[in-house]
Amino acid sequence: MGAELGKYKSCVSARSTDKEILKGAQDGGIVTSLFAYALEAGIIDGAIVAGKGDLPWKPEPVVATTRAELLAARGTRYNISPNMSLIKEVTRSYGLDKVGIVGTPCQMQAVRKAQLYPFGLREVGDKIALAVGIFCMENFPYQSVLQLVEDHAAMKMESVKKMEIGKGKFWVFGERGQVVQLPLKVTHKYEQPGCHVCLDYVANMADISTGSVGSPDGWSTIFVRSKIGDSVWAKAMAAGCFETKPMETVKPGLELVTKLANEKISKNRKTLEERASFGTGKGLRNPYL
Amino acid sequence: MGLLSSVFKKNVSEEPPKPVAAPQKTDVAKKAETTTKEVKPVVDKITLGYTHLSGCTGCTVALADNYGGLLTLLDKYVDLKYMPTLADVRHIQQVDVAIVEGSVCIQDKLAVEEIKETRAKAAVVVALGGCAAYGNITRFARGGQQNQPQHESYLPIGDLIKVDVLIPGCAPTPEMIRNVAVMAYLLLKGTKEQKDLATAYLKPLMTMAAGCNAACACDIMTSVINQGLCMGCGSCAAACPVRAITMEFGKPNLNRDLCIKCGACVAQCPRGFFNTDVISEYEAINEAIMAALQ
Repeated sequence: MGAELGKYKSCVSARSTDKEILKGAQDGGIVTSLFAYALEAGIIDGAIVAGKGDLPWKPEPVVATTRAELLAARGTRYNISPNMSLIKEVTRSYGLDKVGIVGTPCQMQAVRKAQLYPFGLREVGDKIALAVGIFCMENFPYQSVLQLVEDHAAMKMESVKKMEIGKGKFWVFGERGQVVQLPLKVTHKYEQPGCHVCLDYVANMADISTGSVGSPDGWSTIFVRSKIGDSVWAKAMAAGCFETKPMETVKPGLELVTKLANEKISKNRKTLEERASFGTGKGLRNPYL
Repeated sequence: MGLLSSVFKKNVSEEPPKPVAAPQKTDVAKKAETTTKEVKPVVDKITLGYTHLSGCTGCTVALADNYGGLLTLLDKYVDLKYMPTLADVRHIQQVDVAIVEGSVCIQDKLAVEEIKETRAKAAVVVALGGCAAYGNITRFARGGQQNQPQHESYLPIGDLIKVDVLIPGCAPTPEMIRNVAVMAYLLLKGTKEQKDLATAYLKPLMTMAAGCNAACACDIMTSVINQGLCMGCGSCAAACPVRAITMEFGKPNLNRDLCIKCGACVAQCPRGFFNTDVISEYEAINEAIMAALQ
């Protein structure tokens, strides 16, 4: 394939140097640290992040304009946060001129489509100052997570401390220290169907993309992709926000990222092919045509 | 596609101004001497017309809201042949590109004549905005209004003529109009590579034009969710001009009573269309468009 990791200017393994951020971070605290730095440096006025929703482990897109608000949104919740839904509002009632946004690869695609084909997004595209993408194999509807945690892992949503997908398992960590692991075979059927036509694993269209895959525990893999990403990353590094290791020196390394990216892309290409002849002489729609 | 970016960087910003810069100086000098008004438009411009039917002028305003960008467009790329509101000439003329705002009232003879004449005299017809593209708010008309109570049936222009390019939205954004204008210029006057890029950029808008002439928030249901494509990004909710779409549990929830049928939601949806080869070049294309408008 060769294009599975998208275009990038540099790739490193990194971890935030901010102890407070790391305490509640999913992995290396990259997204929170980047936005916290960008806020402080005036690169952004605020960022659309996945904040806390009205139910336990349900995310809600929020506009974070302070470090405290960013900290409150740390960590991964494995279900859908429609961050793009705020992209116009953030420039209107919130009045931001320089917007940060974090999202999955599909949401980064939505950001770029919004900039190139802004049908209903007037004066939004040029206000997107930093788009941070996160690696994503698939996402779940809220009800799927509910079922996985309460029915399969037999834990209450309220008592879950952290969820994680890694090492081929779906991990649920409880407040009391109990750990349940579900094989991914169990979780597959609960995935959001729209994810199965996605051809992007490492957020190819973000300014900077990041995810745990490829780096050791507590660290994240970073791809710096665009000119904006390059400049923000250089400034954040100069400000001492991150400690880094060359990607070639870390354990699973880029090889694993490439392997998983290829797995996702070829699986979903196959899905697209099957969709083309889904019925008898009739197929399902292909958004890429 | 390195092709697209290399093309754009090479040409757009530099090439078009060239013919402008040289003749302009002599023009200005001549003007000062003889005080005749500018007769000869810049050579390589495309000609543009703007037909205004049953629309609220919001699309015109959106076009004008490109501010300096509009002036640059008119200076370097476009010769505006006719347009109510922004030009003195209102009569439909032979043009390369005709933009149409508003739907056609079939009880209004003049409107029907105008849309047919527009088609006959234009190489490319662009339906600008929800009304021309899909009927939009005029879909709710049922006559009885002052001072033409008998005007009750409004059709998107695609129901009466062949449309080449569709720009949905109410109003479509100034940026979108600008992008299409620059691409239309490249399509008609550009080099081979520029033509390829413009074709790739405009293709989804042409496909939309060849498709259905009706839009509704329920398109998000029928062509995205029902097709197993929605991934819950929220673009539709953000694009909706009347807040008819909210996101509930990560999926769009439609309030069809609020929907004005402008088509912005499904056009904005990355799973509505997503031409990866063009969008992945977003950085180069955006920079080039900005450079072209300097």
